This record gives sequence, structure tokens and C-alpha cells, in this order.
Amino acid sequence: MIEVKNLFKSYDGEFVLNDVSARFEQGKCNLIIGRSGSGKTVLLKSIAGLIEVDEGEIWYDDQKFSHLNTTSRQKIRKEMGVLFQGAALFDSLTVEENVLFPLDMFTGQQRKEKLDRANFCLERVKVTGSNDLFPAELSGGMKKRVAIARAITLNPRYLLCDEPNSGLDPETGIVIDNLISSLTEEFNMTTIVNSHDMNSVLEIGDNVIFIYKGCKCWEGSRKEILQTDNEALNNFVFATNMAKQIKN
Amino acid sequence: MSLLTQIGVYFLLMKRAFSQPEKFSILYRQTMREIEKTGINSFPIVVVISLFVGAVITIQTNFNIENPLLPKYLVGVTVRDSLLLEFSSTMVALILAGKVGSSIASELGMMRITEQIDALEVMGVNSASYLILPKVIAAVLFFPILCLLSIMVGIAGGYFSCVLADIIPPSEYIYGIQYAFYPYYIGYALTKMVFYAIIITSVSSYFGYYVKGGAVEVGKSSTRAVVQSSILILLANLILTRTILQ
Ligand SMILES: Nc1ncnc2c1ncn2[C@@H]1O[C@H](COP(=O)(O)OP(=O)(O)OP(=O)(O)O)[C@@H](O)[C@H]1O
Ligand SMILES: [Mg+2]
Repeated sequence: MIEVKNLFKSYDGEFVLNDVSARFEQGKCNLIIGRSGSGKTVLLKSIAGLIEVDEGEIWYDDQKFSHLNTTSRQKIRKEMGVLFQGAALFDSLTVEENVLFPLDMFTGQQRKEKLDRANFCLERVKVTGSNDLFPAELSGGMKKRVAIARAITLNPRYLLCDEPNSGLDPETGIVIDNLISSLTEEFNMTTIVNSHDMNSVLEIGDNVIFIYKGCKCWEGSRKEILQTDNEALNNFVFATNMAKQIKN
Repeated sequence: MSLLTQIGVYFLLMKRAFSQPEKFSILYRQTMREIEKTGINSFPIVVVISLFVGAVITIQTNFNIENPLLPKYLVGVTVRDSLLLEFSSTMVALILAGKVGSSIASELGMMRITEQIDALEVMGVNSASYLILPKVIAAVLFFPILCLLSIMVGIAGGYFSCVLADIIPPSEYIYGIQYAFYPYYIGYALTKMVFYAIIITSVSSYFGYYVKGGAVEVGKSSTRAVVQSSILILLANLILTRTILQ
């Protein structure tokens, strides 16, 4: 379980997070949705501790993460898998080395064992036969998928994903969504996914939080989202003509 | 940021960089990579520059010693001492600040703006220790070797100019190289080089590590890294010379 309480963050006097409180349950896919620029990435990075919030608390289970020092945070972070919006693969390492990296760093396994694990993770994100390529030689969507593989190598307890399927075709996008959802169930992880893709919302959103201009303005499940009378959310959900037609 | 804040942030970063590494096997592997990247790859430039500088000092010194009462072997002595005391440590360090410093700053800066440093941090890796410590160790181990190399190649450069351009008889030159030689000077040069190695790698890492923004800032920070480490090298040279050579 991850919980944030009354987060505030402003840049140059403009609030990017304005009193955001939310609870992200274990074993569920928690989605943060919102328009581009609404503050999703800032919220996710604050949860990971990469951005220091101005005010508020962040809890990982029973630990008050926001008030820990770097060394204590490191302990929690070892159980965290994070996917960045821009993938953030290590560009001096090959695909395989990228996925091996957490294993090399934190386990004492034999090389064979580590390689098996890395290849297993790469297979799950459907990247095979590219082990020796460097990130610069991959397509955008492949980078994303390799980054997901790297995030899940150590079976994290907390999985934070910033737009895992942006830049992917709808088919692969759904494969990734389902992968995240099944891993969440399988390992009982606490998963938070940033998205602005309605497909993923309807596919995997157990608990959905809608961020509008830095405020949490709606929370509910994927079933409730279609019946909402919240105007901002309605505009977001039924943005396309196709969606509007389905609604009417 | 004020200068004082910058110094504070620099020392805090170094404290993190010099904390106990996650795994010694990884530190070893990274250090070897850095030795190859910064040390071995600096061989050619150090060789070329030292060769020419050795030759030029020989020609110039000979040109300046016009007095027939001064023995010709003084050219050898001058070449040796200029290399030992100043060129092979301080000047080579300034060259390395340009080559190694800018590459460290831009590498780390690039990693910062593409969120690779954040990715390390959220994995629970101490990114400062993982990225900076191997660079410092590699330089501390390898820069003194580059210094020795520069001394030897510089002396050889002088010798070649004697042979090829007929400056002074090569035997006089060799006699001069050996004349009144204090092995202590080598220790002095190597000590300076160790300090320079720490300055170049840590200062450049600091500038790269804290880049904010985009490609332009990465470029700026790499320039700043070179300028600042050069200034600090000259300052350290003054202080070390004053304290070591009494
Ligand atoms: N370092 C920063 N300095 C100043 N403003 C920032 C900074 N980071 C983010 N912002 C501002 O915060 C707001 C929210 O940005 P954020 O990246 O969280 O959006 P997002 O919801 O993730 O959008 P997208 O879906 O496009 O990724 C934006 O208006 C952005 O300009
Ligand atoms: Mg974003």
C-alpha cells in the first residue's frame, strides 16, 4: 500500500500538485489519469522521492517515506520498480545488460541464473533477439518495453509506471497493460500507472484517480468512470468522436 | 547558487560518492572500464604532446645558452627538470582537464537529463558512488602513470631533436639528463598528479551530476568543469609547490 497525504508542490508560484491525497492499494492496478501537463509525472516522481514536495506525507506501508533520509529510502527503493516516461535506459549498456543491472547490483546469483531471469523478463515484454543492441538502436516502444523488463526483474513490491504504453501500437499496448495487471495480481504488488489512454483505463483500472490541473478531482473504478457527471472527467473520457458516439 | 553553497553541495556529493559501495565486484568492474576510457585513451595525446614539448624545450634552451662558458649538458638538465617539476604534472593535468574533465561532465550531464541518474536512484543504487567513485579511483591510479610516461617521452623527444637536428651532441644531452638528479622530484611530480586527478574527476563530476535542463546546459556544464578544474589545478600547484618544495 502506498498512501499520499495532502501533497503540495509548486514551481515558480504555480501549483503543480495542489492538496493531493490518495491511497493506492496492494494487489490492485491504481491508475492516475489526466490531461497532458496536469501533473501526473510530478506526482509519480514525488511518490518515488525524486521530487521533493513542498508539503505533505508519502507512506509506503507503515513507513513515512517522505521523512526518511537517503539511506533509509534506499532500502525501500530496492523493492521498487520504476518506469520513466522516457524509458531512461542506461545508454552505455546493451539491452541485456540493462535488464541484468538490478540483478548484478543486488543479488549474488550465478551468471546463468541471472541471464535466465533477464531473458524471461524480456520475453514477457515481447522483446526477443535484441539482447545485444544498445538503447540507441531500439525503437521508442521497444525502449519502453525493455525499461519495463528492467523494472520487474527483481519482482518489486511497488511498481510505478509513467505511461507504459504511450508510443506503442494499441495491440502491444494492451499486451503491456495486461502484463502489468497480471504481475500485480501474481506478486501482490502495489502498482501505480500514469496514463492518458482510455483503453488502459477500461482494461486494467481497478482504482482510477483523475488529476485535473494539479488537483485530484475524481476517484473511482473503471466501471464508474463511464457514468460520472464530473464535467472535466467527462471531457477527458469522451474526448474522441468515437467515444461520444458510443455514449449517445 | 552562491559559491559557498556550491562548495557545500560539492562536498556533500563527495561524501556520498565516497561512501561504501554496494558491491566491490561492481566497483572493480567500473573502475577497470574507467581506466580504459580515461586512462588508456589518454595515452596518445600525452605521448604526442610530451614528445614535441621535450624537443622544443631542448631547442629553446640551447638557443638561450649562448654563453660558451656554460656547458652544453645544461640543456639536458633543463629539459629534465622542466618536465619533472612542471610540464609532466601540471601541464599534462591541464590537458587532461580538457580531455577527461569535459567528457566526464558531459557524460554525467547527459545521464542526468535523460533521467538515467534518477533511474539508478529509484533502484536504490547510490548513484554518486556508482558513477563517481570509479572515475576518481581510475584517475588516481592512472594519472601518475601518464605523468611518468610524459617524463620519459619528453626526455626522448629532446634526445631525438639532438640527434635529428644536431642541437647538442647526444652524449652531452644524456649526461645532462643524469647530472645532479634528485629522485625526490619524481615523488613531487607524482604527488601533484594524484591531487590533480582528484580535482579533475571530482569537480567535473560535480558539474555533470547537477545539470538541469537540456543539451545546452550539458555543454555549458562541461565548459565550466574544464575551466574550474583548470583554475583549481593551478591553485593546487601553487600550494603544493610551496609545501612540498621547501
Ligand atoms: N522541473 C520543473 N520546473 C517547472 N515546471 C515544471 C517542472 N516539472 C514539471 N513542471 C510543470 O508541471 C506541470 C505538470 O507536468 P507533468 O510532467 O507532471 O505533466 P504530465 O501530467 O505528466 O503530462 P504528460 O501527460 O504530458 O506527461 C506542467 O505544467 C509542467 O510545466
Ligand atoms: Mg508525464
